[in-house]
Amino acid sequence: MSLSHLRELEAGSIHVIREVAAELARPVLLYSIGKDSQVLLHLARKAFHPAPLPFPLLHVDTTWKFRAMYEFRDRLVAEHGLRLIVHKNQRALDAGMNPFDYPSGKYTQALKTQALLDALALHGFDAAFGGARRDEEKSRAKERVYSFRDRHGQWEPRSQRPELWNLYNGRIERGESIRAFPLSDWSELDVWAYVGLERIPVVPLYFAAERPVVVRGGNLIVVDDQRFRLAPGEKPSLRRVRFRTLGCYPLSGAIDSDADSVPEIIEEMLRSRHSERQGRVIDHDEEGSMELKKREGYF
Amino acid sequence: MVLHASTAPRIEAAPEEATELVRVVALGSVDDGKSTLIGRLLYETGALYEDQVAAVKRASRLGGEIDFSLFTDGLKAEREQGITIDVAYRYFATARRKFILADAPGHAQYTRNMATGASTADAGVVLLDARLGVLPQSRRHLAIAALLGIPRLTVAINKMDLVGFDRAIFERIADEVRDFAARLGFAELRFIPLSARYGDNLTLRSPRTPWHRGGTLLESLETVKVARETALGPLRFPVQSVLRAEDYRGYAGQIASGAVAIGDDVVVLPSGARTRVLAIDTFEGGLREAAAPLSVALRLADAVDVARGDLIAAPQSPPSVRTRFEATAVWLSERPLDPGRAYLLKHTTRLVPARVEAVRWRLDPETLAQIEAQRLELNEVGRIAIHCARPIACDAYRDNRVTGAFILVDALTNDTVAGGTVLIDGLNDDRLAERGAIRSVAAEERRSRLGHGGAAVLVERESETAALALAGALERALFDRGCATVVVRSAEAALACAGAGLVAVCAAAGPELSRARLRAELRASGVPLAELRAGDDARDPVQAALAELRNLGALPLRAPE
Repeated sequence: MSLSHLRELEAGSIHVIREVAAELARPVLLYSIGKDSQVLLHLARKAFHPAPLPFPLLHVDTTWKFRAMYEFRDRLVAEHGLRLIVHKNQRALDAGMNPFDYPSGKYTQALKTQALLDALALHGFDAAFGGARRDEEKSRAKERVYSFRDRHGQWEPRSQRPELWNLYNGRIERGESIRAFPLSDWSELDVWAYVGLERIPVVPLYFAAERPVVVRGGNLIVVDDQRFRLAPGEKPSLRRVRFRTLGCYPLSGAIDSDADSVPEIIEEMLRSRHSERQGRVIDHDEEGSMELKKREGYF
Repeated sequence: MVLHASTAPRIEAAPEEATELVRVVALGSVDDGKSTLIGRLLYETGALYEDQVAAVKRASRLGGEIDFSLFTDGLKAEREQGITIDVAYRYFATARRKFILADAPGHAQYTRNMATGASTADAGVVLLDARLGVLPQSRRHLAIAALLGIPRLTVAINKMDLVGFDRAIFERIADEVRDFAARLGFAELRFIPLSARYGDNLTLRSPRTPWHRGGTLLESLETVKVARETALGPLRFPVQSVLRAEDYRGYAGQIASGAVAIGDDVVVLPSGARTRVLAIDTFEGGLREAAAPLSVALRLADAVDVARGDLIAAPQSPPSVRTRFEATAVWLSERPLDPGRAYLLKHTTRLVPARVEAVRWRLDPETLAQIEAQRLELNEVGRIAIHCARPIACDAYRDNRVTGAFILVDALTNDTVAGGTVLIDGLNDDRLAERGAIRSVAAEERRSRLGHGGAAVLVERESETAALALAGALERALFDRGCATVVVRSAEAALACAGAGLVAVCAAAGPELSRARLRAELRASGVPLAELRAGDDARDPVQAALAELRNLGALPLRAPE
């Protein structure tokens, strides 16, 4: 009898999480509050049960996430007694960095990439778990499960360590680090099927509801708080939408949808012809933009 | 004729249904049309989304036609150079199976990336260009697929449209592949004539190959037998870590092979401590039994010493515990193998300092010839002897792809420099011990004294005179080369002598039936064995035997000149 593919993926991911925790001195789990983070966290808790998680969670906070995400995060942390570190690039925020006045590339570099590198250095983390999957984007398809980063946190795609079998090489020198991707082989469909199977809680924004929306450059942007800058005469209108992917609210595109349960989301996805990252405004800046961001240290 | 019918997703399986996970590696180069084949396969199985298709349509320069190869080229350097450098992973699904397709580069200088993709594959697809047939690089792909233990291959003979879907061309290429692959020991080879560009026999059967009975490539991938032998076989459980909580001490790991149940006797290696399984724990609660590839935590009945890197195994068929072993390795580093250099060997969850004691030979992957070599260079494959500072508990790779695999890491640079597969030469084998091999002197001590390992040579002839004459000639040749050797007349004597480090030349004559029994006994023993079969007279039998024994490590290494 063969294991279902979800159970086999689960077993493989748990193996990776345990290897990183055993081989690296100070791992941390990059927690972005999205569905992939939720699955990753769930697998990590499984990997060490009944012992507590042997590493903390790190949330790199741009301060521009949806309110529902912050609420969800704080409730989850309290409920499971998790150690959470929240890190912001305070200097950039103090200097007025925001998603309206700056191009998305600069914004991402300052509040996400730089903030992440600073946080890893500040706490001396030598390994960081991410929920990235290889099916998300072209350059992700080439990334190893253990992705080596140099002293500047940068990725060199042309000289990746060969990765044979499930024998991962976690040897690093001081200042270098490993980004570990236990969900590498999962697809978006697998993630949702697993969320349904395991009843993993996710932020309600993934489910369809009436939300105040403005249309910007073809993207449906949900106006989540008072900071949103409406153009003269622009008025949010209520629209039944949901998100396939969550990030900073002014940069996240919603989709028209009636799917308000996991089975309906899966149903919708099987019919859908748009890839998940399309709603991410920051990925479309230029051809190969994800590869560039990753080389600089972005997750 | 051009088949564009299937842009709609064809993922029919309800996701909660049990579908099977299958890992496939695609071997070939851009010139073979591999990127086009994979791009189209993803497109036709509905694995691509509309915006991805639109982006590729914008970039295609084929006048409205989709350039399918653009779906798969990921890195900037690859787009610039128009080649595949690194292995990329692609995902698609059918009703029965979820596929993880490792899209591996074909060029010789990226063999190491190809090995990355092939190491975990359950099945392989090898691409050939119908106009060019079997190229040197195709032979290399086949050799590495065999080395990494991929049992089943589908050979896709592409660009059939450019040879007029000529059956004779297809058959000729297929025969050539069969001839070459016969020496590599694949369990199954399937051949499919296709055109990736026009979609013939990719996911839809082509009306242009009415003579082809073998179905489409997708059908082949959906039906290829995926040997989950790991779930059978004896228990192997490499310990990843010790889980500690209040009143709790469990050993976390992923079952590499076999199954385990509460109450089972187990042995902890390399210490050899015996105990019983008290509980099998998961997040959801305790299990009565569990099988590979589940990740679980085991609690043991006795307070034995267990740490990360130990292996919990079935005591009735344990792995071999050793510090020295022979291996086939593919070298992955620009810095060549250096026997003076300090390496770290990672085997299952165990990391031990190791040295490469000797390079026996390197393989010419295009002719399969074994060439004498002092070192291995980037992308070369060869036989090496390894000496670890601490013992590992391993199986032969052909028996177990988890406990038979290892990587070497350069202790100074931390680079992964080699991937290797364990060959068990049988000298420390328990089966041999039961047959009376004397264990008070270790095989390694004998090897070190004699300058070579033990082995048996089976010399079969119809007549006794012929068998003894040939055995005598071989004994003389071996003796002249500094080998400790002896002629014997029974399997029992051959095994005892080989176990004592000698090269035992076993002369066998008489009817086929009695010779077959002797042959089977020698083969089953696991002793390094060379065979000179009756009627196998086309070549010089003594030279043939010497060559085989050299490969088995049973000839003294020549002194450096």
